Amino acid sequence: MSTLQAPQAPGPSALHASLARPRLPRWAPAGLGLIVIGLAALLLVLGVGFGGSVALGALTYLVLLPTWSAVVEGSRAAVDRLVTSLVWGAFAVAMIPLVWLLWTAIDRGSSTINLEFLTFEMRNVIGDMQGGIYHALIGTLLVTLTAAVISVPIGVFTAIYVVEYGKKNRLSRLVTFLVDVMTGIPSIVAGLFALALFVLLVDPAYRSGFAGSVALSLLMIPTVVRSTEEMLRLVPEDLREASYALGVPKWRTITKVVLPTAFGGIVTGVVLAVSRVIGETAPLLIVAGVADSVNTNVFSERMQTLPVFIYYQYGLATDKGRAYAWGGALVLILLVMLLNLGARVIGRIFAPKKG
Amino acid sequence: MAKSIDVSDLNIYYGDFLAVEGVNMTIKARSVTAFIGPSGCGKSTFLRSLNRMHEVIPGARVEGKIVVDGQSLYDPAIDPVAVRRQIGMVFQRPNPFPTMSIYDNVLAGNRLNSKRMKKSEADSIVEKSLRGANLWNEVKDRLGKPGMGLSGGQQQRLCIARAIAVEPQVLLMDEPCSALDPISTSAIEDLIHELKSEYTIVIVTHNMQQAARVSDDTGFFNLKAAGQPGHLVEFNATKKMFSNPDEPSTEAYISGRFG
Repeated sequence: MSTLQAPQAPGPSALHASLARPRLPRWAPAGLGLIVIGLAALLLVLGVGFGGSVALGALTYLVLLPTWSAVVEGSRAAVDRLVTSLVWGAFAVAMIPLVWLLWTAIDRGSSTINLEFLTFEMRNVIGDMQGGIYHALIGTLLVTLTAAVISVPIGVFTAIYVVEYGKKNRLSRLVTFLVDVMTGIPSIVAGLFALALFVLLVDPAYRSGFAGSVALSLLMIPTVVRSTEEMLRLVPEDLREASYALGVPKWRTITKVVLPTAFGGIVTGVVLAVSRVIGETAPLLIVAGVADSVNTNVFSERMQTLPVFIYYQYGLATDKGRAYAWGGALVLILLVMLLNLGARVIGRIFAPKKG
Repeated sequence: MAKSIDVSDLNIYYGDFLAVEGVNMTIKARSVTAFIGPSGCGKSTFLRSLNRMHEVIPGARVEGKIVVDGQSLYDPAIDPVAVRRQIGMVFQRPNPFPTMSIYDNVLAGNRLNSKRMKKSEADSIVEKSLRGANLWNEVKDRLGKPGMGLSGGQQQRLCIARAIAVEPQVLLMDEPCSALDPISTSAIEDLIHELKSEYTIVIVTHNMQQAARVSDDTGFFNLKAAGQPGHLVEFNATKKMFSNPDEPSTEAYISGRFG
């Protein structure tokens, strides 16, 4: 019983061990950051190059803050400060290209975009006449929509087979392996495959938006399968068992319990897959071709798409061509952003709710 | 409408691994039968084999006979889905459907089996089931709210309401109170007492006081040794089990000398 008794005479040091530790002031990281930025600016003025002053500034910060912390707070806090700074640094470095790209596209593209640019096509547009991206916008939307219509059912059904029915048998492992291989297919190869397929099936001069959609769906299907698989695996086994125990057949359990629970995630995955292919240029250049005017029939005639429009306009090497290319690029970025926002809204609406 | 269950020479496998060996028992209609025993002795596995939920796990199979109302459950002609409609189940962890409201959760069994029903009929099933599960007064004003918003004990009673909404003949409960506080536990035990008049109830529990409180018959499962299959040591009236069991190992387990 002696172990149950409280220690009778704790040493004075144990009693008075203070839990408080000296801490750096709250403003320390930010304040030091400002000082270091000032130093870097000074270096820049003194003639050290831009890259050099940024690197020196970052290095100074990474040395100073942990050292200061080590002196005041001790070694564990110093390591914490160092790693925190490194993580923030990595985040900043990752943000730079994104912000830069957005800024460049807005800077160079926004002046081009106006109502005419969005509603005119390029038919018979010569010299400085006003043209537009209407035909390419329609083309991109139709081709991508068709690609989604082809790949979403195939992808979702494949994922359902792999997760719900395959249960790690040989066929489902083979499917997973092939999907992984498909993820790595270069887009140009998908384009060539679609070209060869339609040349063989229809005729050698066949070009159409549909052929482009087939090429894009080759790129989309693996992404859709992968993301849907992940989402279906996230649905707890408990829910399936609860449904089985109510005497619900398996297919109904999948359609009424598993798919609704995973719906938000599946939509997000599909939209990510769409965003991945909406900017594909190479396969569309090969099989959908280049066109100047609106074509709303995906099954016949060439169809212009935004990436191909951008590529073609930039290739003209004229001021107007460059401006149009940037305008088209900005519209494409906005389109992808809109898609992602839409996916978030849908994901939130269908997410399982609490309370 | 309650039915009795006759089990004879039942062996339960996970793949090649024999998990439970040679079970024989008769579970009486309109009574509560409890299974006790140490972890891993196959109580839950046996319970799941009673409504063919065991085979949901890949590679799992059963040898032997379970007869309910003259029909052998593992006969090739038997549809497991039909069995599960007759023999409902409540799980250890409450598992309401997260995409559905309280109302839809209760009706899930009916709706998912695509039974068409009028609004008034649906309403009366919901009220009857929730009253049956002692939950009606707590949720009647928020039937449209998500089932996941309830507390753990309420969620478990919602799952019981969902299970009795399809009017099964037998209700299997796999440690229904293990995740609940004493108040919710007592609510569910009261409920088990009430449900006994209409349903055959089989409950797995780790809590021997609970088995003593709620059950009419008790089965004690045990392992001979680690890695060996579990088996039914003794099956007797609860009063006898807890006062004067036939087997010395039952007495040892109940009095807390091992396990």
